[in-house]
Amino acid sequence: MLKKQAYVAGGSPEAYDEMLQADGTPRPQYAELTQWLEGQTREGFRHKQQEADAIFRRSGITFAVYGDAAASERLIPFDLIPRILAASEWRFLQRGIEQRVRALNTFLYDIYHRQEIVRAGRIPAEMVTGNSAFLPEMMGFDPPRNVYAHIIGTDIVRTGAGGFFVLEDNLRTPSGVSYMLENREAMMRLFPELFAAHRVAQIEQYPELLRQTLESVAPAQCDGDPTIAVLTPGMFNSAYFEHAFLADQMGVELVMGSDLIVEDGALFMRTIRGREQVHVLYRRIDDDFIDPLNFRADSLLGVPGLFDLYRAGKVTLVNAPGTGIADDKAIYAYVPEIIEFYTGEKPILNNVPTFRCAVDDECTHVLDNLQDLVVKEVHGSGGYGMLIGPHASKTQRREFATRIQANPGNYIAQPTLSLSTCPSFESNGIGPRHVDLRPFVLIGDQIRITPGGLTRVALKKGSLVVNSSQGGGTKDTWVLED
Amino acid sequence: MLGRTAASLFWMSRYMERAENIARLTEVGYRSAFMFYCDGGHREDWRSILVAAGCLDAFEAKKRPATPEAIRAFLLLDRDHPSSVRSCVEIARNNARSVRTALTSEMWEALNSTWNELSDLQPERIGPARLPEFLDWVRQRSAMFRGATIGTLLRTEGFHFSQIGAFLERADNTARILKMKYAVLLPGTGSSDRNAYQWETILRSVSAHRSYRHFFQESYQPNNIAEFLILRQEMPRSLRYCTDQVQASLASLLELTERGQVSLALAGARYGKLTQLRVDALLRDGLGAFLDQFIIDSAEMADAVADEFHFV
Repeated sequence: MLKKQAYVAGGSPEAYDEMLQADGTPRPQYAELTQWLEGQTREGFRHKQQEADAIFRRSGITFAVYGDAAASERLIPFDLIPRILAASEWRFLQRGIEQRVRALNTFLYDIYHRQEIVRAGRIPAEMVTGNSAFLPEMMGFDPPRNVYAHIIGTDIVRTGAGGFFVLEDNLRTPSGVSYMLENREAMMRLFPELFAAHRVAQIEQYPELLRQTLESVAPAQCDGDPTIAVLTPGMFNSAYFEHAFLADQMGVELVMGSDLIVEDGALFMRTIRGREQVHVLYRRIDDDFIDPLNFRADSLLGVPGLFDLYRAGKVTLVNAPGTGIADDKAIYAYVPEIIEFYTGEKPILNNVPTFRCAVDDECTHVLDNLQDLVVKEVHGSGGYGMLIGPHASKTQRREFATRIQANPGNYIAQPTLSLSTCPSFESNGIGPRHVDLRPFVLIGDQIRITPGGLTRVALKKGSLVVNSSQGGGTKDTWVLED
Repeated sequence: MLGRTAASLFWMSRYMERAENIARLTEVGYRSAFMFYCDGGHREDWRSILVAAGCLDAFEAKKRPATPEAIRAFLLLDRDHPSSVRSCVEIARNNARSVRTALTSEMWEALNSTWNELSDLQPERIGPARLPEFLDWVRQRSAMFRGATIGTLLRTEGFHFSQIGAFLERADNTARILKMKYAVLLPGTGSSDRNAYQWETILRSVSAHRSYRHFFQESYQPNNIAEFLILRQEMPRSLRYCTDQVQASLASLLELTERGQVSLALAGARYGKLTQLRVDALLRDGLGAFLDQFIIDSAEMADAVADEFHFV
């Protein structure tokens, strides 16, 4: 019985445990789950784990690992114990996320038009126009409904009671939503009794809402029902499964650049019946690659002339090109100011305190406190070019300090956060593992946030790295309804 | 449906069918090795199998001694040879993967697990003792994939492209097997044991040596064999039956898409001809030339389908 292997909360004294309170009693939203856990056996769990693996393998839910030919398709480990958010917690997150994505879209409109925020002196001009993620080609263009980032995956961590922090905004082509949906499918098959005992908010409607969102931003010139397609770089991309999954769930075509053609002032896909016009393209390839005539000339993934069509209002690209400027790590530090500037409100969700090495005082502070900080490259991603101060050697820190001094504008620094922990299945029973949360947001004719999101979990004991490439797994995420 | 999707379904099924047919041809070579091991006859047999599989040049370019082992490894597992069983399954799977959502999960599983098991198979594992087992396995996996397709795939455009690919390939294969051996079917070639053996080989390579007996209720006769494999609607690997299936799928596509007139006309004309031909006339007027033309026409039909349905 699992009861004998009593669950001890928290990986470290300061970590917030999602299930247990400081006195060891369960938080209200976990009351039933805790009881249920006590009735489970290790054997039973192991059996369910195998069943879960079989479900995922059958569905083909894999991610590609670059540079690993033998295991080029793997399953992301799935943890059986759900992460639960109370209705009140979710309402708070929802308000905070909505405020944030609204402000960021307004920010994008502004910097691609009059740049009031720069004129007002709230953000230095060079942070915007001197930023490589800024796309001058977008200046003066009005996307449908003035929405730039239609699909957003906000990365959130919790460090204490109510202490939610936004880590990253992910306004380019966030992935992971297929895992959110498949995890729920698997859980409903594995543990139907849990869904009978809890009022879990539904998420199955996501593909339908995504479709509605995409339809709602069709070009004004499109009369009648818009045709939607999902553009993938192809089956060797790490997120190919998700691209295929979403196209399938929405009932639209999954296309590659070679299936598309710009002709007679419109975008067409080549079908067995001849050409068929596409009005909205949910593209899962980066800005640089969408159009070899306008951006990287060597790109074979995109469509020549696509960007010109977009600017002429003949097709909608989702997300809009140039959204990267709003989730850039250097801009991130300004998000609280961005929210205040455009909404007149205080930010609901915390930003992680961020020191900009471009600013002299802050740079000095960073260099003096390297042993306590995480230093990131402004344009880096996926954990590359990063220094985790507390885990680095003296030599590593010294070397990194030299790099910062040589090019301070390229670095930001943040305190190391102690992510909250959640009970997870391990060989001896269950133990605390660190988690984050990525809720998925859709923005078109309205803002739609699917209740829950993807919980990533660092399955290695004590680890804070939730990335699937480094031993991370996922969990089903429940929002309980009142 | 995207033209690329249609093309992928067509090639996926075509390559799975080819994998099975290569396994059948290999079995023919394997059996002949017992019969003529001493007089060098098996060497000619293996060579004719390379001809029938359309890959003699590719094999010779490798400049390897033409031992049975080398030829088997080439036909079954060679990664550089696009028509080896391993490559066929890999190509079929890549096509399937690029249109994953156009398949059912049963189809995907059948194909993916076959690919998985093949991917680490070493040539040593299919030595003479294990070969029959391996060839059976390939046939079973192909049957499983076909069964999943027929049993689970919606009867919309995708199904028909898959069918056309499979049946064009099967007809092509039957024609090539006949081409390899047609000389022994011609009148006046006597009825020595050697010929009887060759006839059986032909029938075995299309899994028809028993159904022949059920159907004709008599011993092997060359004209019956030719009729069985070319003209009989009852024989599921005959040129006529395969052509009928291609025609039926093209007719369905025409109904669904209002396209494919040229392809359907080609298939219809071919089918009409096959229903009218008499086997005696066929053997008298030149079986070899007929088969050559059939193979050329098949390629033309595949091109017409690709063209009319925008495969590229």
